[in-house]
Amino acid sequence: MSATTLQSKAPGGACEAPEISGCCGAGVPVLALFAGAACWLVVAAVLALIASLKFHLPSFLASCPAMTYGRVHAAHFSVLAYGFAAPAAIGVTLWLLAKTGQTRLALPGGAFIATLLWNLGVLVGVGSILAGGATGFELFDFSQAGSTMLLLAYLVLALAGGLTFANRTERGNDAVQWFLLAALLWFPWIYTTAAGLLGCAPVRGVAQAAIAWWFANNFTFVWMGLIGIGTLFYFAAQFAGRPLHSRQLALFAFWVLVLFGSWAGIPDSAPLPAWLPALSAMGAFLSLVVMLAVAINLKKTVGQCLTRRPEPAAKFLGVGALALNFFILVRAVTSFTCISQITDLTWVGPALTQLWLYGFMMMVLSGAIYYIVPQLAGKEFCSPRAIKFQFWTMLAGIVLLVLPLLIGGVVQGEQWQNPNVATMDAVQATLPFLRVSTMGDLFILLGSVTLLLNLGGFFWKCCRACCAGSCAASSRTAGVRA
Amino acid sequence: MNRGPVIFLGTLLAFALSFFAFVLFPQVQVGRQPLAAVLGAPDGTTYPAELPGQARQGAMIYQANGCAACHSQQVRQTGVNFKVMLAEAGTNTAAVLTAVMDANPKLDEAAARALLQNTPATVLPGLSDKKVADAAQKALKNAGAKAEIKVEPTGPDIARAWGARRTVAADYLFDSPVQLGAQRVGPDLANVGLRYPDANWQLVHLYNPQIYAAKSPMPPYKFLFHLHKVEAGAQPSPDALTLPAEFAPPAGYEVIPTDDARALVAYLLSRKAVAPVFDAPLSVAQAATPATNAVAGGTNAASATNAVAP
Repeated sequence: MSATTLQSKAPGGACEAPEISGCCGAGVPVLALFAGAACWLVVAAVLALIASLKFHLPSFLASCPAMTYGRVHAAHFSVLAYGFAAPAAIGVTLWLLAKTGQTRLALPGGAFIATLLWNLGVLVGVGSILAGGATGFELFDFSQAGSTMLLLAYLVLALAGGLTFANRTERGNDAVQWFLLAALLWFPWIYTTAAGLLGCAPVRGVAQAAIAWWFANNFTFVWMGLIGIGTLFYFAAQFAGRPLHSRQLALFAFWVLVLFGSWAGIPDSAPLPAWLPALSAMGAFLSLVVMLAVAINLKKTVGQCLTRRPEPAAKFLGVGALALNFFILVRAVTSFTCISQITDLTWVGPALTQLWLYGFMMMVLSGAIYYIVPQLAGKEFCSPRAIKFQFWTMLAGIVLLVLPLLIGGVVQGEQWQNPNVATMDAVQATLPFLRVSTMGDLFILLGSVTLLLNLGGFFWKCCRACCAGSCAASSRTAGVRA
Repeated sequence: MNRGPVIFLGTLLAFALSFFAFVLFPQVQVGRQPLAAVLGAPDGTTYPAELPGQARQGAMIYQANGCAACHSQQVRQTGVNFKVMLAEAGTNTAAVLTAVMDANPKLDEAAARALLQNTPATVLPGLSDKKVADAAQKALKNAGAKAEIKVEPTGPDIARAWGARRTVAADYLFDSPVQLGAQRVGPDLANVGLRYPDANWQLVHLYNPQIYAAKSPMPPYKFLFHLHKVEAGAQPSPDALTLPAEFAPPAGYEVIPTDDARALVAYLLSRKAVAPVFDAPLSVAQAATPATNAVAGGTNAASATNAVAP
């Protein structure tokens, strides 16, 4: 078994010599990715709150075209996915590749510039959505300029990741690397497909919709799933202080995810040839295998350890794992025709997307950030209470956001299914649920501001120490660990 | 042992499978689809028609403001019923009368006679079993009458009058981007041009939806309109919206729709997905093709099973 998973048993980040070190060393691109992500998470939460408030008062900000519900809604999901989840996931991937390979991050300068380009791309993309230039495809809404910047930035970051993997000094059989490397490859393939066939040379008719659904599923469920699950496996072993329970089971989950998970995402009601939604439903159903394999593996790895040592980072990751299971379960159930007739075209869809992006990705990535950042900078976070506060506000936010939307979606579906219910009554029936979910948006905003302040305070402390000359010391200790 | 090439090839294989199934095949099957032939129309009648210029501009306004975040443009159906219609009674009235009453025992002689007078008329509505419809049609034909079987799509969307049939791939051939929508915060718009064909109604509704529905959560789109000062003694503009007193602008002003608002309304009025096509027929084709095949649209196996045994 790999020695990497047995090393560095310091959850919460003890101040030992980090592999890719320092606030002025090779860790900078990773820290920059996290910092940008934390900023965009706050922006996403603000946009979500604005969108949500429109269900309390339709005329709220209605005179401003940029603040129209349709634009804010699209901007919210795009910022959450491309501004927060993607760069934070890439940052975690780069760190994990360096860590599991016992090497330094390759190409740090290029990766840093790519990080800036990525954030610029998100800025241009969000600007284009708010200015009315959205492409009209969910989770692929950025203008061509924005998405080109994202792709270029990604290629450099992925190159840095690939080179880091190639430079690995520890050639152990770590399943985590399968997940991360596949993720590095997966994104440019699906993204160029979508950019080519939806943006540059759009295909005709509903083939567009099929490709847009396929992309959205592959981007969130497969790409983010690969990174999220890989991260969970790494940290489960790390916190438990022992290797992953079963490498075979992990690789089995990997294969099912890339082979069948990549089929899901096309709704049953789509005006497409019927074999497509049918095959897609099968993909959603087979994803249950991923859920079981991941859950069993995590449970057997962690065992009793989680309850014994409730580290802040571990709690985030635990909630993330639960959200992953819940997501796969609900999506498999709602892929059956008898249920999807009610739940398709309702709030169940946005509820699931937010369960994935907030419940799974945000929690897993927050946990990883709280573990990685102190390791990189060689310092502790000053306030564990602030981390705890963020955990509870985010958890409350996710529950208050996802559950009302799920229930509201089912109510909405049943109302639309009954032709005797008048249109306006059907519309009205969901409003109470949407209004409750505003509370969830508020809590998530609070949590994301806490994350930003935590990181901001940390970097401030770090920079001050750096200027005081401690950097020289930390870069002396940095380097390849034998 | 972790070998980069193994991971690369494995991942590429998985991606290629997914790509072929969900990108390439749909593109081959529906992306290259020719315009659909309209059933029952003269040969060469194709569907859909290209959007007129103003409606195409309106599609961009629809896209820019994310209207699809709240409105879907897809009608679903859960199954179909069959309806036997008497097209022409023919000359043998007595035989047709017997055939009609045999087919639908609920009709007494007077009702059947009235039905014969007022062709085309429904002999047997709401049949779930196509064999019953076929038998009735055959009996009517043998009596010398002209009978046809109509297909009646069923389902909540149809019952809500959101469309006469489900929407199929052909409906979206000229839409780019295709705005199917994922959400029904408000009603479906696939046929909004048929439900609300009045452009002024649409304009006023966009200006402030609460004028027509006080409790509507739809935001007002006042930025698609501008307030225009009416000069003293000048005629008010013929384009100005007619608004109820409580929503009217201050005295001396009028509300004029911008080009964007007009384009958006032109787009909304163009939303009509009702032409009967092979995938979603509204009547059973005669002679040439066996009836069951006509209902079982070539591209949609599920609807085929639905149609035959709903």
